[in-house]
Amino acid sequence: MPSVTMTVNGRAVTGEVEGRTLLSQFLRDDLKLTGTHIGCDTSQCGACTVHVNGAAVKGCTMLALEADGAEVKTIEGMANPDGSLGVIQAAFQEHHGLQCGFCTPGMVMAAADLLAGNANPTEAEIRKHLEGNICRCTGYHNIVKSVQAAAAQLG
Amino acid sequence: MPKDHGIGASPKRREDVRFLTGNGKYTDDINAPNQTYVYFVRSDVAHGTINKIDTSDAEKMPGVVRIFTGADFEGVGGVPCGWQVTDRFGEPMQEPAHPVLAQGKVRHVGDPIVAVVAETLEQARDAAEVLEVDITELPAVIDMKEALKEGAPKVHDDLTSNLCYDWGFVEENREAVDEAIKNAAHVTTLELRNNRLVANPMEPRVAIGEYDASNDEYTLYTTSQNPHVIRLLMGAFVLGIPEHKLRVVSPDVGGGFGTKIFHYAEEAFCTFAAKAINRPVKWTSSRSEAFMSDAHGRDHVTKIELALDKDNNFLAVRTDTYANMGAYLSTFAPSVPTWLHGTLMAGNYTTPLIYVNVKAVFTNTVPVDAYRGAGRPEASFQLERVIDKAARELGVDPIALRRQNFIKPDQFPYATPVAVEYDTGNYDATMDKIEEIADLAGFEARKAESAKNGKLRGLGIAHYIEACGIAPSNLVGQLGARAGLYESATVRVNATGSISVMTGSHSHGQGHETAFPQVIAEMIGIDESQIDIVHGDTAKIPMGMGTYGSRSLAVGGSAMVKAAEKVIAKAKKIAAHLLEAGEDDIELANGEFTVAGTDKSVAWGDVTLAAYVPHNYPLEDLEPGLEETAFYDPANFTYPSGAYACEVEVDPETGKVEVCSFAAADDFGNIINPMIVDGQVHGGIAQGIGQALLENCVYDSDGQLLSGSYMDYTMPRADDLPNYTVDHSCQTPCTHNPLGVKGCGEAGAIGSPPAVINAVVDALSDYGITHIDMPATPARVWEAIQAAK
Repeated sequence: MPSVTMTVNGRAVTGEVEGRTLLSQFLRDDLKLTGTHIGCDTSQCGACTVHVNGAAVKGCTMLALEADGAEVKTIEGMANPDGSLGVIQAAFQEHHGLQCGFCTPGMVMAAADLLAGNANPTEAEIRKHLEGNICRCTGYHNIVKSVQAAAAQLG
Repeated sequence: MPKDHGIGASPKRREDVRFLTGNGKYTDDINAPNQTYVYFVRSDVAHGTINKIDTSDAEKMPGVVRIFTGADFEGVGGVPCGWQVTDRFGEPMQEPAHPVLAQGKVRHVGDPIVAVVAETLEQARDAAEVLEVDITELPAVIDMKEALKEGAPKVHDDLTSNLCYDWGFVEENREAVDEAIKNAAHVTTLELRNNRLVANPMEPRVAIGEYDASNDEYTLYTTSQNPHVIRLLMGAFVLGIPEHKLRVVSPDVGGGFGTKIFHYAEEAFCTFAAKAINRPVKWTSSRSEAFMSDAHGRDHVTKIELALDKDNNFLAVRTDTYANMGAYLSTFAPSVPTWLHGTLMAGNYTTPLIYVNVKAVFTNTVPVDAYRGAGRPEASFQLERVIDKAARELGVDPIALRRQNFIKPDQFPYATPVAVEYDTGNYDATMDKIEEIADLAGFEARKAESAKNGKLRGLGIAHYIEACGIAPSNLVGQLGARAGLYESATVRVNATGSISVMTGSHSHGQGHETAFPQVIAEMIGIDESQIDIVHGDTAKIPMGMGTYGSRSLAVGGSAMVKAAEKVIAKAKKIAAHLLEAGEDDIELANGEFTVAGTDKSVAWGDVTLAAYVPHNYPLEDLEPGLEETAFYDPANFTYPSGAYACEVEVDPETGKVEVCSFAAADDFGNIINPMIVDGQVHGGIAQGIGQALLENCVYDSDGQLLSGSYMDYTMPRADDLPNYTVDHSCQTPCTHNPLGVKGCGEAGAIGSPPAVINAVVDALSDYGITHIDMPATPARVWEAIQAAK
């Protein structure tokens, strides 16, 4: 099997994968980073969203081999160095932006991607940016509030 | 000022920290040493005879451990149904067998035929590719009315027809209702469909079976809302495993919405196969698989008639419903269109005569069972739609017509003509509140503004009631339930005063780990951080019935309160001994026991320590330790209710409906954690708007599932939905549980679909359009406009 090397949450990792192995599978099954979730098989739900070279990517839309040499960040890399919640994570907790928690890692990664490129998004821009991430629990109201609060704090 | 502690406070959710850092432990995150993977080969036709299954080539594929077919399950029990409905002639429903793997026939697209177990999932899939399954396709029945016609293909050859049951309720009222409708001054009739939905919790189902040969013990990890129910059904009825040899664990579960209540064939398969190959067996559903194997929801076709007298008082309601059961009876399927639907047909109103007829029908589709609200949304939708239509026909204000017929506060307890007794409520109060928070007075101005932009603005109101806190066991036993519906809790106080609560309720997003400690903290006067909630593991918790039907706090919370009361009563005895006072003089507040009228006191932690280090302790009268269990069986259902208002804008050029605003004024009785309640209502509303405007599970006439993925089944997304205005300040506490709580989990999904469709019809009323079926998609709305022109 071919070998793949990448940096995940600042740590260099190497693994042997089949050609068909998706990045999301590699993160979960090989690296045991189970915070990245798999909610569909058509790249619709966004639960597996991670950052690849600084951009939000659905981990199921990439083969693990395509990420060779890439910088990958997952939800496990989003907390502060001391382990406390990062600003976006804390805002989700403060504003009850999650219920069952399954879509949450992808939602946080997508929100971080938005705020990296737009420090002060409107409500419509937040909703538009998150339309690739499905949440079945919250009705999105509190997710939008969480992202707005995080933007205000980061701003 | 809002509280920061105990009942009524909104502390941040403690479970969020693990969910936000990727440390949640969902079933798919669990991997057993030496585990194998199963891939199910499922039917790609809706109905057919299995001629031959040839596994010989597949067995030679790399990594294959063993291949199972229906033949391996001969002599093993089938997937059971947990509720038997008696039809209107006094006969039991028709109940087909439901094998774990198909035997002889397949009956819906997705019916599992062969299970390939291999070292990796990819190897199992590869082997499945070379399997030969020879099936002769048979004519399928998809439409319910077609399925009941003479000569229609039968889903089950051994049943007399595709009719599961013909249920009448209340049968004795049938003629009186017919008479009232015949003689009424006005009758409004509405025919509608409550669209088939797929629950779609974001976490797909997963099952991992393990077998320990040395102890003859099984463990099943599964994405369930009720692990003890799975242990009971699978252990007793499918595999014949006694309870003490079967542990069922439901760790973090990523949403349920009803569809994770039921016992599924895949759970039984993994448990069975784990013993057969003496290795763990893991199954993770793909989303495509979920669409054709998770129980679906709703799917009713209904005709409802509302009779009014000359003064617009409601005289009678008559409904005629066809309810789709799918190909097999899922766990609670027969109860949904009957006892969870017919008993709610009084709504919030004083209608004296009601008759509900339900024909439950087998079709070659995925089984249909409870989905958020389960029967109550179907009742609420037809009632609130027909009232709106009646108001339009009579030229009266729809709010005024509702108010005129409301059960009034001084009429409680109110016995409806459909067998339930509402303990409390105040429907005018929630209607007043919605008029305020939705600014109904400003609607005409907003409508004029929309018109300037070429848009049609509509306002829809609905006032729902639901029956929650499911359910009094003796009552549901009479109605056909094959289980009790109590709940359990153990309150274990540790020596230093911290507490673990083992609850039979299961949290899969509801926040029990945060809200339940608030109750205990309030009762004892200690900090929530001293209290932990344990749930989801039959090896750790007392026999519990789990979470569905908005029952966790009303039933599970009540069990916890009862257990805590027992703990406090014992702790007071210990405190009385330590303080050398009479037990009746001991008071507990702020984590301290005091002797009434004195300054003598002892701290909670000193009393709990004495219980476990009983050096100075009344051992002759009292056992050491401080741990109590309680089972709580509710005396009645609870009856949340509320008023919902929706405003939409319709683009007449495209038919696109936009929800401009949505407001909810709910009466949930007392509230433990307002933040969590808001979140529950938000989520319910989103699912209701989804049903009304976006979601639709569609089969073609051959039984192919057309909406089998997120490419075709329209899930509500962030940019489809508005912000919501929610209020729960109208509170008539439940009169029969210790917390006075009613439950809030399903309300949003019950009250919102009629509010949305009433708004859409209001927007289209100038065209003379009086009804539009869900989902009101752009195509459907545009076609209705063209037809009306």
